[in-house]
Amino acid sequence: MGDARRPGRAVRGRTAAARGPRTRGAGLVRTERAGWGTYALLAVFTAVSLFPLVWTAVAASRTSTRLAATPPPFRFGRNLPRNLELAWTDARLGEALVNTALVAGAVSAGTVLFSTLAGFAFAKLRFRFRGTLLLLVAGTMLIPPQLGVVPLYLVIARLRWTDELQAVVLPSLVSAFGVFFMLQHLRRALPAEVLEAARMDGAGTLRTVWHVVLPAARPAMAVLGMLSFVAAWNDFFWPVLALTQTGNPTVQVALTGLGRGTVPDQSVVMAGALLGTLPLLVVLALFGRHIVGGVMRGAVKG
Amino acid sequence: MTETRTPTGPADPPAPGTGAGLRARDTRDVTGRRADLGGRGAARRTPVGSRGAPYALVAPFFLFFGAFGVFPLVATAWTSLHRVELTAPAEAEWVGLHNYARLLDDAFFWNALVNTVVIGVLSTVPQLLLALGVAHLLDVRLRGRGLFRVVALAPYATSVAAATLVFALFYGRDNGMANWALGVAGLAPVDWQNGPWASKLAVSSIVVWRWTGYNALIYLAAMQTVPRELYEAAALDGASRWRQFLHVTLPGLRPAILFTALVSTIGATQLFGEPLLFGSGAGASGGADHQFQTLGLYLYEQGWVNLHLGRAAAIAWAMLVVLVVLFGAVQLLRGVLARGERAS
Repeated sequence: MGDARRPGRAVRGRTAAARGPRTRGAGLVRTERAGWGTYALLAVFTAVSLFPLVWTAVAASRTSTRLAATPPPFRFGRNLPRNLELAWTDARLGEALVNTALVAGAVSAGTVLFSTLAGFAFAKLRFRFRGTLLLLVAGTMLIPPQLGVVPLYLVIARLRWTDELQAVVLPSLVSAFGVFFMLQHLRRALPAEVLEAARMDGAGTLRTVWHVVLPAARPAMAVLGMLSFVAAWNDFFWPVLALTQTGNPTVQVALTGLGRGTVPDQSVVMAGALLGTLPLLVVLALFGRHIVGGVMRGAVKG
Repeated sequence: MTETRTPTGPADPPAPGTGAGLRARDTRDVTGRRADLGGRGAARRTPVGSRGAPYALVAPFFLFFGAFGVFPLVATAWTSLHRVELTAPAEAEWVGLHNYARLLDDAFFWNALVNTVVIGVLSTVPQLLLALGVAHLLDVRLRGRGLFRVVALAPYATSVAAATLVFALFYGRDNGMANWALGVAGLAPVDWQNGPWASKLAVSSIVVWRWTGYNALIYLAAMQTVPRELYEAAALDGASRWRQFLHVTLPGLRPAILFTALVSTIGATQLFGEPLLFGSGAGASGGADHQFQTLGLYLYEQGWVNLHLGRAAAIAWAMLVVLVVLFGAVQLLRGVLARGERAS
């Protein structure tokens, strides 16, 4: 995102205005001020959005007996450390968190790299079959992933990769969205003159990519990295098929085990849900502005 | 294979040979003469390296794309015509259309199809309407604008599994918060796990909770591209806020609404995690009576619980057919509506 301080707009460091290329300089928001009714409704929206998360923590700090009583608890209890510890060991959330961090890290790194290279080629180079290949990428965005899971599982089974993390990482490296995201960014961020200058200097492909393309792509790479990290962390369908709770679970697989009653204690189940969600909430708290920008730019025509 | 809702770029990817192609044509220098690079391919078409360079750049992506994207799609058709058991994945016996015939005879398939459509409607429609409302609220001068936007993404950052586990507790029959709240309001408790409609509503509510804020941000981004002068002009003409919303905001949001409707519909046909974890212990059957078993869950049950991978592949194809039929119906409807508008 890189706060571009465009003239005509008071930059308050903390606003995350989506800098779609066509947003008009001055009028980023309608000029009217929000009335108290707007704030009241937004307060309701905020409460509804956050309540399940807060209550997860409340439930995780209680006992299962207390959770089964009426009325349900609304205040924090004292059992959080014990429940977290049980979730960490009994439900194998500890291992799962490490696995998920590895998977999400590898997936986002790979996605960003491949998408940047392909996005650059599609945005700035002319080559035969360019249009065909691009259409192929676009087409896959509309096809449900379910359609491929059965043969994919057969492949994984033949390779003896069931329960191995690469079974979850490799298929996720293909991100049509990532390619389009980088294509849109690089189309604007790389003026033809810059590439021309690199060529004049006799730089080959590798050097051009390294010295010209990557620096220009960096802000979008960061946003794409975060979006793919969140998506990979929360990826559910395929990991639940490819991994088991007893082998190499990711967080989602471990939570599925909890949901099916591997640990009967509901307060421990909630502690597991809390452990699985907290890392992403921390990411959101730290980089929320950029993730918001990424989501907002994902759909507006650039 | 990551979750389907990654925001897909613009709803209309650039047609081949437009846009980008035009931009990339400039291999000339500023003066308009072809840059003469002393023999280094004066007539070269691309501003980078050799002719093979573009292919080398897209190769890594397409390598994985072929292996894990295209190949499984093609192979699904092949698998669906065979009997393949999960216990012996290397052995396949040709059975022709048997898997499909079995599917059409299976009451559980039709049940899953109906459930998928019902839950899809119950989750998609409120989700998009609420998102419109929230986006409209955020589209004014606000204190703490950035904060509200991050809050809107908190449910999106919560995984399906974590969200469903919490909601399953909320909807507990005997001591869940939902029934406690109903009791406080003087209403009778509801059996959220077993009621055919109640359980579908409950499952839908998880989807609505997770995706409303995300869609609101997409609408908000679109709202901010609506030229502000249009609002001013409408206000001068004496249009109320509501009329401004109807006649200025909504037309400007049309592409965004189409895009979110498309993505939500695709998401709805694939619903899997929520129904899997909502019926605690019931697992893949989607409730004691299959009352919220979706197609995605049915596929999982056939393939990974009953170990019939061939049948699972046939279900996967059926899911694609459902999507295609849905979009075909929408297109027809739009055509009819457009004709109706022209006629009036």
